[in-house]
Amino acid sequence: MDYVPHTNEDRSEMLKAIGISGIEELFSDIPSEVKLDRKLDLPPPMSELELRKHLSELAGKNTTTDDMVSFLGAGVYDHYVPSVVKHIISRSEFYTAYTPYQAEVSQGMLQSIFEYQTLMCELTGLDISNASLYDGATAIAEAATMSSRLTRRQEIIISQAVHPEYRSTLKTYAYNLGLEVKEVPFTDGSTDIEAIKELVSDKTACVILQNPNFFGCIENMALAAEAAHEKKALFVACVDPISLGILAAPGEYGADIAVGEAQGLGIPMGFGGPHLGFMTCRQQYIRQMPGRVVGETRDNQGRRGYILTLQAREQHIRRERATSNICSNQALCALAATVYLSWLGKQGIKEVAEQCMAKAHYACEELSKIPGVERMHRAPFFKEFAIRTPVNPETLSKGLLESNILGGLPLGRFYPELSDSLLIAVTEKRTKEEIDGLCRALEGLV
Amino acid sequence: MSMPLIFEKSRPGRKAYSLPELDVPKKETSDSLPEWARRKQDPSLPEISEVDLIRHFTELSRRNFGVDQGFYPLGSCTMKYNPKINEDVAALPGFNNIHPYQPEELVQGALELMYEFGRDLCEISGMHEASLQPAAGAHGELTGLMIIKAYHESRGEGEKRTKVIVPDSAHGTNPASAAFCGYRVVEVKSDERGGVDLDSLREVISDDVAALMLTNPNTLGLFDENAVEIAEIVHNAGGLLYYDGANMNAIVGIVRPGDMGFDVLHYNVHKTFSAPHGGGGPGCGAIAVKEFLAPFLPVPVVEKQGDRYVLNYNRPQSIGMVKGFYGNFNVMVKGFAYIRSLGAEGLRKVAETAVLNANYVMTKLKEYYNLPYDRFCKHEFVIDSSRQVKHGVHTGDIAKALLDLAFHAPTIYFPLIVREAMMIEPTETESKETLDAFIEAMIKIAELAETSPETLQTAPHHTVVGRLDDVTAARKPIPRWTPPEE
Amino acid sequence: MYPKDLKYTEKHEWVRVEGNEATVGITYFAQDQLGAIVGVGLPDEGIDVEKGSELADLDSMKTADQIFAPISGRIVRVNTALDAQPELLNDDPYGDGWVVVIEMSDVSELDDLMSAEEYEAHVAKEAGE
Repeated sequence: MDYVPHTNEDRSEMLKAIGISGIEELFSDIPSEVKLDRKLDLPPPMSELELRKHLSELAGKNTTTDDMVSFLGAGVYDHYVPSVVKHIISRSEFYTAYTPYQAEVSQGMLQSIFEYQTLMCELTGLDISNASLYDGATAIAEAATMSSRLTRRQEIIISQAVHPEYRSTLKTYAYNLGLEVKEVPFTDGSTDIEAIKELVSDKTACVILQNPNFFGCIENMALAAEAAHEKKALFVACVDPISLGILAAPGEYGADIAVGEAQGLGIPMGFGGPHLGFMTCRQQYIRQMPGRVVGETRDNQGRRGYILTLQAREQHIRRERATSNICSNQALCALAATVYLSWLGKQGIKEVAEQCMAKAHYACEELSKIPGVERMHRAPFFKEFAIRTPVNPETLSKGLLESNILGGLPLGRFYPELSDSLLIAVTEKRTKEEIDGLCRALEGLV
Repeated sequence: MSMPLIFEKSRPGRKAYSLPELDVPKKETSDSLPEWARRKQDPSLPEISEVDLIRHFTELSRRNFGVDQGFYPLGSCTMKYNPKINEDVAALPGFNNIHPYQPEELVQGALELMYEFGRDLCEISGMHEASLQPAAGAHGELTGLMIIKAYHESRGEGEKRTKVIVPDSAHGTNPASAAFCGYRVVEVKSDERGGVDLDSLREVISDDVAALMLTNPNTLGLFDENAVEIAEIVHNAGGLLYYDGANMNAIVGIVRPGDMGFDVLHYNVHKTFSAPHGGGGPGCGAIAVKEFLAPFLPVPVVEKQGDRYVLNYNRPQSIGMVKGFYGNFNVMVKGFAYIRSLGAEGLRKVAETAVLNANYVMTKLKEYYNLPYDRFCKHEFVIDSSRQVKHGVHTGDIAKALLDLAFHAPTIYFPLIVREAMMIEPTETESKETLDAFIEAMIKIAELAETSPETLQTAPHHTVVGRLDDVTAARKPIPRWTPPEE
Repeated sequence: MYPKDLKYTEKHEWVRVEGNEATVGITYFAQDQLGAIVGVGLPDEGIDVEKGSELADLDSMKTADQIFAPISGRIVRVNTALDAQPELLNDDPYGDGWVVVIEMSDVSELDDLMSAEEYEAHVAKEAGE
């Protein structure tokens, strides 16, 4: 199957117009010694029917969260995605468009991004948002390089309670840019603020904390921000946007840049991507922000319109001196988040957050009633928490799967010293019955 | 007509959402959260009914132009038709409702797809092993350069090799990615045939070169006939060859970057392999490398062990992760579905037809527009408006006039080495009738440039907004909505 | 277009000398080549600059450029009005569009700069290319 519309007649007319007798003449400038002298070794082409069958078979080899009750989070969450999201992002006027370079025929996408930027500013309590970044991990890396440019300093301080894959990505970026990454330890699941104070210096570009952190603990972000500002370093807050329905906004505790992963805002878990990285910052940093930005302006008749702006920061103008090499955003995912947040509205964002918190706390309390099971940390938490169990968490997870429960993340995967612990996430989707089911199944295993 | 923002349609008390009754004891935030952890001021999200929400975004969609709305000859972006079956299979719950940290035995289908897709990408490019982690083309470039850097370091040449060579016709992402990888960028000139000027290349080549980045066919749509010699020059100096795969659509099934001597490449799965662009993303910038570079690929790599697929994190020479998890999986599903639909014959036909279409349009237009490099092009070509500039009509005016005629504009003012450039990429999925209609529109515009330049200078006239003031937007940025002062 | 009382550099900066202080800006030619200037990245007050080192960033609609220090010394004043009104660089390059004032550390460097006549010839040559 292919999507080429030409008939033989079309083809010969076109060749004639060009003045050649065969298509191969158009490739005569490719040296024959490197040309492929065989067919590519690929499986034979499939009709639509065969393709659907083949892909459905592959999809069928995966066990989905529709088939299991999931308590797995660790950066990717099983939040409810309302029907409106799918219906809007499936409109091909949106999904078959490119980056909105021609503003006059891209007002739909541009206005939706402008609305997205406004929503992210509202949620994070900061002034400026870009049009989105690849994901939470790269957003942290971009925030670090942005901080380095702004402060002309080369050292990044990040808490070990930040998502391990975010730190891993940051280190890859930092290494190649010659930035030094220093990690702050945590005690009892919370970042050691005193350790920040010891580490931060006039070489520090920024201090990065996640809230709630990887263990679900709510950090005292204001104290960390203060420690950073003490040495004129920037403070970067990596946050879960759903939590911002009730948790303090980065702008409220003095963050200079907020970043994070917004997968929870109407985007499926999708085996890890595409997701939605976001970044907001204070007004004065706008010209050092990476990524696309949409701005409001007027047309030649005074009508309001939207346009990609501040493009001199970007690679196609600034080339090797650009704020980032990034040249796209996750527009369709940002649209999903815009629709999702509009669906929730002012009340809904609070209610989702409250439900997550209530259900997570209920789960934690019930699990703690099981002999030998206890929550690991004392810090307040939102929708995720770690428990210590008498049984090896890997064994436990396998056992829970027998009851169709995806039982959380064994922390030993990223923190060998925490190999007796399981990280459990509870979203608004979980019911009391499902949580009780988890407790029963777990009780049977310990 | 301007359209109200969703915030301006908000009315206190309206809502679209519904959630189940809370079936566990409610937690008062004031009980479970200390004061410092709590939000002080509620975020002002819009309050709107579901029907109005749907109408708002549906109306926005009608103010947007995609491939499904019409011809989209945006050069370098390969705006081909996005097959609907690919959307359907990518929307299967088995691909969407899976968590990246699920045990491997529960995601064997996803891992098999990634493995097979990686193998396909290697076969198509003549490479050894792939990583699907990069999220976009620019991200793939950065990852590829990091691999090159790690390779030089492994040989003790990391400190010595500080330069990356980029032709002056290159995409802006090339120098930006090189700089973001800590390299110094050195530009080489193009020769009069549009390829890399070999003398300029020889001048800058030395043992401090880490890599040369090349797009071939390049951004002029021209195949660099000296590709093999360029590879030799760079390799002889100990540098590596990076292939920017943005223009793979011109050569799939015909020639492979690996066979031309390139060591690393990135694909734009959202260009060559038909995944839609989503209004700017998400994409997939998968990379593939020669065997000697495979140890440096980002982790994890999907491997096949017996009849089982695994994620291998234990690759000690790896550069590390460049993104969370495994890449934009959903985009991979679409690219994989596309490759499997077309097979080897279909992919070759893609390149042949894309090149045929581009040459056809170029032949028809060169009578009316200046063609700075008059030779067979590949999948795209660059003309300029130097003849129209004499009448005061610039490339930007021509682009806007096309919008009035229901076509998307070409890529304009790029590549930088052609003044007033228009880069036109028809793609293989457009019929002769569509191409003829576009040609006719361009001819009409060329005529209007002579007879009625002011019509073009004030275009577009039939779009929802007219030409927008980009200067004020940049000088006095308004990047968010703020409620009117009471 | 090129006031006689100023000194000029090949990279299109102008210098106005008053005592030990040199006010620096970009020339009419420079702003014309850049087109609408939409953003400026200014240096901090109080820092020392070497002749030829990067002084400020300029963003226009079509390109991004840099201003280089025409003379060594300490930056004693910065035209922060440009942050909010980068258009001053286009509208009044020799007046309100000034960029920094440098307290010169080596006045003899002034001898390397061009006069208005020399600069005009330089511009004519560059425009010809």
